[in-house]
Amino acid sequence: MTRLLVGAPPVRDSRALRHRRNRALGALLQVALMLFAGVSFAQAIDPLPFKDHAQEVRFQNLTRELRCLVCQNENLADSNADLARDLRHEVFDLMQQGKSDAQIKQYLVDRYSDFVLYDPPVQSSTLLLWFGPLAILIAGALAVVVTVRRRGRATAAVAHDRPADEGDDW
Amino acid sequence: MSRLLPFLGFLLLVALFGFGIWWNTQHDQREVPSPLIDKPAPAFVLPRLDDPARTVSREAMLGKPYLINVFASWCIACGEEHPVLMTQGKAIGVPLVGYNYKDAPEDAKAWLAQHGNPYDLVIADQEGRTAIDFGVYGAPESFLVDGKGVIRYKHIGPLTPEVIARELKPAIAALAKEPAP
Repeated sequence: MTRLLVGAPPVRDSRALRHRRNRALGALLQVALMLFAGVSFAQAIDPLPFKDHAQEVRFQNLTRELRCLVCQNENLADSNADLARDLRHEVFDLMQQGKSDAQIKQYLVDRYSDFVLYDPPVQSSTLLLWFGPLAILIAGALAVVVTVRRRGRATAAVAHDRPADEGDDW
Repeated sequence: MSRLLPFLGFLLLVALFGFGIWWNTQHDQREVPSPLIDKPAPAFVLPRLDDPARTVSREAMLGKPYLINVFASWCIACGEEHPVLMTQGKAIGVPLVGYNYKDAPEDAKAWLAQHGNPYDLVIADQEGRTAIDFGVYGAPESFLVDGKGVIRYKHIGPLTPEVIARELKPAIAALAKEPAP
């Protein structure tokens, strides 16, 4: 890309230059996007006979939200584990049967518990997980407010106590 | 007092991290609690390892409690567990059903011939399809199924003499006290 730019004849008109640069950037972006797309689709380790592209995209999105039970910090889409492959096939089969994403997730939750979901549902056992950070944030904000108020009152009291301090000591 | 506050905050964090370390040494992080406990075991029809023409089903097993032990010849932890089953398998008081998981039948048979067969019955799930219904994610795993076909207890990982004494035997003893179905 840079070579292309360097090799281009000098353009005096700034608009034309900008246009050319934009086009070069656009091309660069396109190449980058293609590379990334290649990476994400290379993860579909085993080719499955999808009906159409939309179904493949849906499959990719769904398996990315599901956790591999064997290597627990990987999702089903990325995992090479044997079980992950089986579960991908299972998800694929369920999709062919016309099951919705929610039904497929429920199917796996029934067998492997909520642990398979990367997005945990809000329930009594996950309240702390969901709202803990917010509670800590609120507690921190309260602490800041209290400190600022107290300090403000203290300086006001000091200013009030010694109104004639200025100049006298000098 | 307010001078001590940052130090107290620090102590609180130390306590929190200390608790985290202690908690993780007490618990297996990889262990996923089974949602199947106290639910009917999934329906299954699987061939016997020794005679694939004959199948075993959940219905056929109803009436008496049994222990399903998921194993495979490729599973290293199963090799660790195996001597324990050989010595204690008969003493636990319920039939031991071997669940051969994603294994070639020849490999499984050779493995059992070499190390000994602690099982009263071995069923084979070559595809691992039924294992998904059981929520199996790694061998060895053990499921205690009661006479009504309900899963009462599950252990993930090798059964050790400690686990058998502390968890499995009390669970089986509790079953024995219940009225027969």
